Amino acid sequence: MAELLDLFWAIPTGLRLTLEIVLTVLALLGCFAYVTYAERKVLGAIQLRQGPIMVGPFGLLQPIADGVKLLSKETIIPAGANRVLFVLAPMVMLTLALIAWAVIPFDAGAVFANINVGVLYLFAVSSLGVYGVIMAGWSSNSKYAFLGAMRSAAQMVSYEVSMGLVIVTQLLIVGSLNLTEIVEHRSPVWLWILQLPMLVIFFISALAETNRAPFDLPEGESELVGGFNTEYSSMTFALFFIAEYLNMILMSAITTVLFLGGYLPPFGLMIAPLTWIPGILWFALKVAFLLFVFIWVRGTVPRYRYDQLMRLGWKIFLPFSLIWVLVIAGTLMATGMLPVRS
Amino acid sequence: MYEAIAFYGFSAILLLAAVLVIVSRNPVHSVLWLILAFFNAAGLFVLLGAEFVAMILVIVYVGAVAVLFLFVVMMLDVDLSELRAGFAQYLPLGVLIGVVLLVELIFFVISGWTLGPALKSAIVAAAPDAAQVSNTRAIGRLLYTDYVFVFQGAGMVLLVAMIGAIVLTLRQRPGVRKQNIAAQVSRQRGDTVTLHKVETGAGA
Repeated sequence: MAELLDLFWAIPTGLRLTLEIVLTVLALLGCFAYVTYAERKVLGAIQLRQGPIMVGPFGLLQPIADGVKLLSKETIIPAGANRVLFVLAPMVMLTLALIAWAVIPFDAGAVFANINVGVLYLFAVSSLGVYGVIMAGWSSNSKYAFLGAMRSAAQMVSYEVSMGLVIVTQLLIVGSLNLTEIVEHRSPVWLWILQLPMLVIFFISALAETNRAPFDLPEGESELVGGFNTEYSSMTFALFFIAEYLNMILMSAITTVLFLGGYLPPFGLMIAPLTWIPGILWFALKVAFLLFVFIWVRGTVPRYRYDQLMRLGWKIFLPFSLIWVLVIAGTLMATGMLPVRS
Repeated sequence: MYEAIAFYGFSAILLLAAVLVIVSRNPVHSVLWLILAFFNAAGLFVLLGAEFVAMILVIVYVGAVAVLFLFVVMMLDVDLSELRAGFAQYLPLGVLIGVVLLVELIFFVISGWTLGPALKSAIVAAAPDAAQVSNTRAIGRLLYTDYVFVFQGAGMVLLVAMIGAIVLTLRQRPGVRKQNIAAQVSRQRGDTVTLHKVETGAGA
């Protein structure tokens, strides 16, 4: 094993980076496959069903069977569609879902690009996801797809502002936009408790950002057939599907990095048995927990109506997070914990 | 070497996309080209070492402004023949503006004119060394100390514009049924449901 590692480090840097990126993408696709499996199992348990059991032991090969099925189907492009944009939209979605992983620290030092503006980069990339939806909805030339795209555009502006303010509070505490520094920052317990409402707001915004239930309005299969992806079939649909789940994993990872201490043991407990577990495992466990919450929420809460989401974003989250920024800034100022650097 | 390639790549795509914004017949395509142009401008900023400005460009312009552009443009029912009818009428004004801009641009390039030459030394003195401070911090320091009044003034202008837009578009429509969430949530079973024991044959 050690020789294998030495061999790995002996590869020239450019090639090694490429290899690492390919491996990460493959690992993410593996995660995607088994998040879909986990979702079906958890939803099954919530609804007193079995979920997939037939393909392989405990239905474990079900995601692979689904993948093969999607790949072998025919790609249909509607006659009135704008062909270029129609094909481009799912590609944009998947690309955006993948490039964000460049700045996520999986473990201490295990990050592709440790840039100074990591948080802003994530915020920028995640806010671009809406373009895939809009392009898909518009280029399909179908009224259901178009309605889904409209909803997505209007939905996005209503929670993105409060999401930005949540990030601002985190930056006030840490004093840096670098994700590794945010993870490594140790703040006292009462400050974590003060951050708790912001964690809730961020997570609910993340549900909306990933178009997941209860905010899956752009898809809305019961009223819009399938929303923006009504006209998509086979591989083009599969790309949307992969992008949705990768975005879920990504938002869980961002929440983990910003609020749950990333690859460090939970609650900042740096004591013996907890520190033996490698950081990447803590990271994976936290992400897995948040993914479970994603699925749990889907199994529990009915879909919001369109105007209810707007109301939630503009009339509840925005004023609350604005006030909370003031509260946290004031507390930091009063206790002299503001990270002031010359 | 790589930087030069990246620079010329970004610049070429930026210019091409900018031309296509005004050449495209379909307004939705125009907006999408505009987004591509924004992206490449952000790439140029990154090459300059101004990563903060690059990210803000993507977040604000691509992530928010262009989404609203696209939203509006997609809803428009554009009739090309109607657009062409007005073309001749507005042509002189358009040409005039174009010529003025072109002359300014040529003047700018030829004379090597710099904006406020006296200010240059002041800016250099105020900006901290890039090697010591990340540019996020440098921008923050300048905006919230030396230029705080200008910055707040700009914020005020935006606020006034926003309030103005709301005042212009707000209208009270009578007869609209609105959901009162507080009333819904505070509704108790006892307020709405009563159970009656009705004798057999005595029900109305």
